[in-house]
Amino acid sequence: MQCFEQETGVTESKIKAGKTGTRHFLVQRVTALVNVPLVLFLLCTLIANLDKDYAGVQAYLARPLVAILMLVFILSGFWHMKIGMGEIIEDYVYGRATKKLAGLLNLLFPLIVGAACIFAVVKISLGL
Amino acid sequence: MAMSIAHRISGVALYLGTILLAGWLLAVASGPEAYQCAQAVVTSIPGRVVMVGYSWALLHHMLGGLRHFIWDLGFGFELGTVEWMARATIAGSFGLTILVWFIGYAVL
Repeated sequence: MQCFEQETGVTESKIKAGKTGTRHFLVQRVTALVNVPLVLFLLCTLIANLDKDYAGVQAYLARPLVAILMLVFILSGFWHMKIGMGEIIEDYVYGRATKKLAGLLNLLFPLIVGAACIFAVVKISLGL
Repeated sequence: MAMSIAHRISGVALYLGTILLAGWLLAVASGPEAYQCAQAVVTSIPGRVVMVGYSWALLHHMLGGLRHFIWDLGFGFELGTVEWMARATIAGSFGLTILVWFIGYAVL
């Protein structure tokens, strides 16, 4: 979709066709499917450990199976949520600058929160 | 239609709520004192309400996503099917929430 500069005499921003639409669509579905068993397993086991004391929770999170599944869930889940929020931004946010800013925030938020989660899980499971 | 916007809204709520997950994990990683603080928040009444609400949003979003996935594969566009899938999503989200919490507390 291009705006004709000659007719208006004003340089409009050219809205380019997105190139990553299909990839986002597929990644969204794949991460969604991966998330289904992960969420069910992690929810149940997390709830079972909520009331335990520090040692109990630490032992639970340090178990290799739990730690690895947690890390996989963090990667898959945060990627999924980034794409999902990206679609919301595409639908509801107008204006060049605002949209770019929203896109940037949507990159930083999952990145930072995800990095914090990964750091915490690794630190707990390595016993540091 | 309401289900689609509910799917979106639950997605946004889950997105923002990951801060809570990160906070809890960091509390566990920071040692017993920090963890006790986090546990006090989580096991408080408002904390438990948030926990149940978040798990409900997660399961509702998951079932809604599966609904969309069925449509992606090309099935389930008849009006009757759409209706019962929507009802199944709502009922399933409540049922699954109860089931997950039951498994978490009573079984594990």
